[in-house]
Amino acid sequence: MKNYSRRKFVKLLGGTGALLSASSLLTGCGKAASARIVIVGGGFGGSTCAKYLRRFDSSLDITLIEPSSRFITCPFSNMVISGMQTMDSISHDYAAQADRGVNVVHARVQEVDATAKKVTLDNGKALEYDRLVLSPGIDFKWDEVEGMQASDAEIIPHAWQGGSQTILLRKQLMAMSDGGVVIVAPPKNPFRCPPGPYERISLIAHYLKQHKPKSKILVLDAKDKFSKQTLFRQGWEKLYPGMIEWVAGSKGGSIEEIDVATGTLYTEFGDTHKGDVVNFIPPQKAGAIAQHAGLANNDGWCFVDQRTFESKVHKDVYVIGDASIAGAMPKSGFAANSQGKVCAAAIVSSLRGVAMPEPSYVNTCYSLVSPDYGISVAAVYRHSEDKGIYKTGGGVSPIDADATYRSQEARYARGWYDSVTMDTFG
Amino acid sequence: MKYLLIFTVFSFCSVVHVSDALAAGITRAVMLSNSCAACHGTDGKSPGAIPAIHGKSSQFISQSLREFREGKRPATVMGRHASGYTDEEIQLIADYFSGQR
Ligand SMILES: Cc1cc2nc3c(=O)[nH]c(=O)nc-3n(C[C@H](O)[C@H](O)[C@H](O)COP(=O)(O)OP(=O)(O)OC[C@H]3O[C@@H](n4cnc5c(N)ncnc54)[C@H](O)[C@@H]3O)c2cc1C
Ligand code: HEC
Repeated sequence: MKNYSRRKFVKLLGGTGALLSASSLLTGCGKAASARIVIVGGGFGGSTCAKYLRRFDSSLDITLIEPSSRFITCPFSNMVISGMQTMDSISHDYAAQADRGVNVVHARVQEVDATAKKVTLDNGKALEYDRLVLSPGIDFKWDEVEGMQASDAEIIPHAWQGGSQTILLRKQLMAMSDGGVVIVAPPKNPFRCPPGPYERISLIAHYLKQHKPKSKILVLDAKDKFSKQTLFRQGWEKLYPGMIEWVAGSKGGSIEEIDVATGTLYTEFGDTHKGDVVNFIPPQKAGAIAQHAGLANNDGWCFVDQRTFESKVHKDVYVIGDASIAGAMPKSGFAANSQGKVCAAAIVSSLRGVAMPEPSYVNTCYSLVSPDYGISVAAVYRHSEDKGIYKTGGGVSPIDADATYRSQEARYARGWYDSVTMDTFG
Repeated sequence: MKYLLIFTVFSFCSVVHVSDALAAGITRAVMLSNSCAACHGTDGKSPGAIPAIHGKSSQFISQSLREFREGKRPATVMGRHASGYTDEEIQLIADYFSGQR
C-alpha cells in the first residue's frame, strides 16, 4: 500500500466501484492519508486556526502560508506610534507553530483553484488541499480615493496594516515641530478595528501633550458616530482639553480628494485642510486573495455560513477574520481568534462526519486613552439559523467609572495583549 | 489485488475510527471554554495581568461567574462577559477549567 500515491490510490478505489466516496474514506483513515488543511495568512485568524486544528486532531497535515517570518500586530501598534512601546514588543514569530508540527511556508498564495482544490504560491509551487482556510485580513479600496493610490501610502501612511507603515507614521510624528497639525481621517463602516482610529487619536494626543503641546489633532471622519464615542470624548476632554477637534462626516468630515504632495485634503463641503502629518485611513475590503478567488461580494467582503465559516461561494473553503461577514462581530484580532477556533472545530467535525456542538464566540476591544486610562467594549455571541451570529451579553465600560477603574482596565488591556498573542502565536 | 487493497483499507479504518472518537474532544464545554482563552490564556494559563483560571475548583469558577453576572462581585469586564452565559453553560465551563492542570 505504501507504494501507492494518494492519487493512484483514489483512482484504484474508484475503479472497484466502491460506494464510499474516496475522500471520506481517506480522511477517515487518520495517518494513512491525513487530511490536508491549507491555511492562507498567519495573522490572528490563521494562526489561531492552525493551533486549534492541531489541538483537536494531531493527525492532520496542516500548512500555514504566510509571507512574513515575523508577524507585527496592529493591536498595540498605536502604543508604538506614540512611543510607549517598541516594534519588538509587538512582533511574533512562528516557532511555536513549527514546534507543534504545523508546516509553516513563507510565501504568498497567488491562485486558488477551488475546483481542483489547490493553491499556487508565488514561488511557483502548488499545494493540494482537502480543506482551505483564508484569513488574509484587509485590503484597501484605492479606487474610491480621489488623488491617492497604494504607493502614496509611503508619503501619507495609513498604518492600518502592521509593520513599516507603523514605523513611518511614528517617524513623521517625531519629525513634526511643535504647533503642527495632525490630521487623522477614519474610514466609513465596515472596517478593521472600529475603535482603532480613536485609540490612535488618543495616544497621538498623549505624545503631543508631552513633547509638542502646542500641536493640534483634526479628525475628519467619514462617519457621524463611532465606537465607544461617549467614553472616548469624555477621556479627550479630561486628558487633552482643546487639543482634538472631531468633525462628523455629515458636518464636513467626509473627504472628496487628496493632494498627496502637499498633504491637503478636500472635503465634500469644499473646505481644504492641510496637515503637517496626515493619517488617512482608506475604505476597506477583504484581502486581495479573497477577491481574486471570487469569494467576495460586490462590497468586497466574504459571505460565509456563520456557524462554520465555510464560504457561501466555494465548498471546502473557509473564510475567517476581517475578510468574512460575521454577523454582529466586529473586525478585530480578538474576533478573528475566536472565529479561528470555531472554524477549526467545524473542519475537524466535517472531516469526521460528526455534528459540531453549538458554537460560542466572543470579542472585547480594549482601547487605551492614555497609558493609565483604559476603556473596553465586550460581547458574547451565539448563532441561530435566522439571525446568524448575534450578541447575547456584554457591554461597554461605565461612563461614571473612577480613575482606579480606568487604570485597572489599562492594566488588563496589556494582560489581554499578552494572553491573546500567547493564544494565537504561542 | 484490488480486493486485497480494499480489505486492508477497511480494517485499518475501523481501528482509526475508534481512536478518532476518543481524540475528538470537541464538546460543548470546549467550544464555550475556548472563548475565555484570549483573555485568560490558552487553557486558562494566563501569562500576564489577567488572573490564571486553570486548575481552580469548579465550585470557585462557577460561583465567581454567577456573582460577576449578578454584580455581587466587583469586576471591570467580567460582569459584562458573564452576562452572556446561562447557569448550565457556566457549569460546563467551570468543570472544564477545573480539569486543566
Ligand atoms: C491600529 C489598529 C489597532 C488595532 N487594535 C486591536 C485591538 O486592540 N484588539 C483587537 O482585537 N484588534 C485590533 N485591531 C484589529 C486587528 O488587527 C485585525 O482585526 C486582525 O489582525 C484580523 O485578523 P486576520 O487574521 O483577519 O488578519 P491579519 O491578522 O491581518 O492576518 C492576515 C495575514 O494574511 C497574510 N496574507 C494576506 N494575503 C496573503 C496571501 N495571498 N498569501 C499568504 N498570506 C497572505 C498577511 O501577510 C497577514 O499576515 C487593530 C487594528 C489596527 C489597524
Ligand atoms: C475581556 C477579557 C476576559 C474574558 C473574555 C474573560 N475574562 Fe475572566 N477575567 C478577566 C478580568 C480582567 C478579570 C479580573 C476581574 C475583572 O476586573 O473583571 C477576570 C476574572 C475572572 C475570574 C476570577 C479569577 C480570580 O482568581 O479571582 C474568573 C473565574 C474568570 N475571570 C473566568 C472567566 C471565564 C470562565 C471566561 C470565559 C467564559 C472569562 N473569564 C472570560 C478578563 C476576561
